[in-house]
Amino acid sequence: MSGPASPVIEVRDLVKRYGGRAVVDGLDLAVAPGEIVALLGPNGAGKTTTVETIEGHRRPDAGSVRVFGLDPRRDAARIRARCGVMLQRADLWNQARVIEAVRLFAAFYPHALDPGQVLEQVGLGERRGARYRTLSGGERQRLALALAIVGRPDLAILDEPTASMDVTARRTTWDLLRRSRDDGASVLLTTHLLEEAELLADRVAIIDRGRLLAAGTPAELRAGGPGERPRLEVALRTPLEAQAEADLVALPSVVATGAPPAASGRPGVYLLPTDDPGATLREVATWLEARRIVPLALRYGAPSLEEVFLRLTGEAEADR
Amino acid sequence: MHALVAQLAMELRLTMRRGENLVVTLGIPLLLLVFLANVELLGNGAGGSSRLDQLVPGILCLALISTGLVSLGIATAFERGNGTLKRLASSPLPRWALVAAKTGAVLSTVVVQVVVLGAMGTLLGWAPAGGPLVALLSATPWLILGTICSAAAGLLLAGLLRPEATLALANALYLLILLLGGVIVPLAQLPGPVATLAGALPPALMADLVRGALTPGAAAGPGEALALGGWTVALLVATLATFRVDEG
Repeated sequence: MSGPASPVIEVRDLVKRYGGRAVVDGLDLAVAPGEIVALLGPNGAGKTTTVETIEGHRRPDAGSVRVFGLDPRRDAARIRARCGVMLQRADLWNQARVIEAVRLFAAFYPHALDPGQVLEQVGLGERRGARYRTLSGGERQRLALALAIVGRPDLAILDEPTASMDVTARRTTWDLLRRSRDDGASVLLTTHLLEEAELLADRVAIIDRGRLLAAGTPAELRAGGPGERPRLEVALRTPLEAQAEADLVALPSVVATGAPPAASGRPGVYLLPTDDPGATLREVATWLEARRIVPLALRYGAPSLEEVFLRLTGEAEADR
Repeated sequence: MHALVAQLAMELRLTMRRGENLVVTLGIPLLLLVFLANVELLGNGAGGSSRLDQLVPGILCLALISTGLVSLGIATAFERGNGTLKRLASSPLPRWALVAAKTGAVLSTVVVQVVVLGAMGTLLGWAPAGGPLVALLSATPWLILGTICSAAAGLLLAGLLRPEATLALANALYLLILLLGGVIVPLAQLPGPVATLAGALPPALMADLVRGALTPGAAAGPGEALALGGWTVALLVATLATFRVDEG
């Protein structure tokens, strides 16, 4: 799963309980050298507990965690020398200046990058002299990212790195992390943003309620599993009535899968599985024209990661 | 080594920039020193030099309590509550280097306090036997022990309580120590039971030991040194046993 090189992070059958409740429940996870892995899951899925156990802040109740082949608690010093970390919630001193904080963390690592350059890269170049107190939430997060990468770490562990960033900062962050990856670093990040997992990660691990639901490249996840055949997505301004919906799904080239056509979860959006997109497109066009309906959008392709995610987390819900 | 120097520089920078701390660590002790040296208030009416012999050691002890218990305690409580300590603990900075950097910042503060307060005392007429410099040097072991004891108490609070609670309690304790601790107001002038209790607690022990070293004839007994040492060890052990970098 992670290639020939031995994994940078290897988590096996991890269990972590709080007050008898298993927050992480038999989780397996591996991060290979030079890959970006996204831990994707809804709030409360156990993402933060997992990364904090990997960082050595929490002791596993069962299972094993290895980072660079070492124990995160016993060998913490050796691991931390090669790691850059972004915690979900960690403020710095209000009285410290931005550049001072980056210089401080640069001094912790033997081959650190130039602090001023890192600030430019995260888009804080003009705020280098500002006191921490005066930074916005998004700026604090960009500074936290700068502190995580300034030491040129072999492994970056980032807990929701872009949660309060605006769209531009998010894109910049993705570029930075891709560049770190291309320089040979491994990145483990948590996110609840499907777009982030899909566009940034080499591999995605979907977790919910502390369990791994699926893992693979974004393309594998979209293509994997029964019923994940390509489909024509029809988006309408107003949802169809029940009879019209049944007619639409009954078009000759649409493959009956048993799933309800409105399974997209979005009102007015219908998913028509097909093996012959050209035929389906013609049939749908004729069908819409006869009813004088102008569609908002027609899209043909594999299911989005969002659909896979909703299906997987929905199934996990139903299994309980 | 590089990491330790960088962290120490940051701690010193922060110490100087925390204005509210400078009020507690320098402002209040200076104000009290000048005020009480000039105002007949505490019944130590002999005036002049002997009043200052009583006052200066007490002010010095109050100053190091303000550094260890109040300033360090509150700053550390907020570092813990805000996740700053956890962030540092996730970095390659060794735990010992963080402790050493904070120790360095506290000791630097105490040195500045002793110099400033000693100079102000001298200006006001304090003239210990052998001169202020020799007197202060001879009190150094007790000043250091008192600083460690105060710092341990501050860190104990910071490790047990939320930042806001640490802030409130440290300031309340400071006021209690100032009024009833046997530091500024001599124990003899406090009500009997209060004096008995306060006399067994670190602030009065510190003040007695420092006073004994600075003033001939006022020598404190080895029992007091042992008692303060015992308090310091107990507070350090309690701090090490309870302190966590975060609340999780």
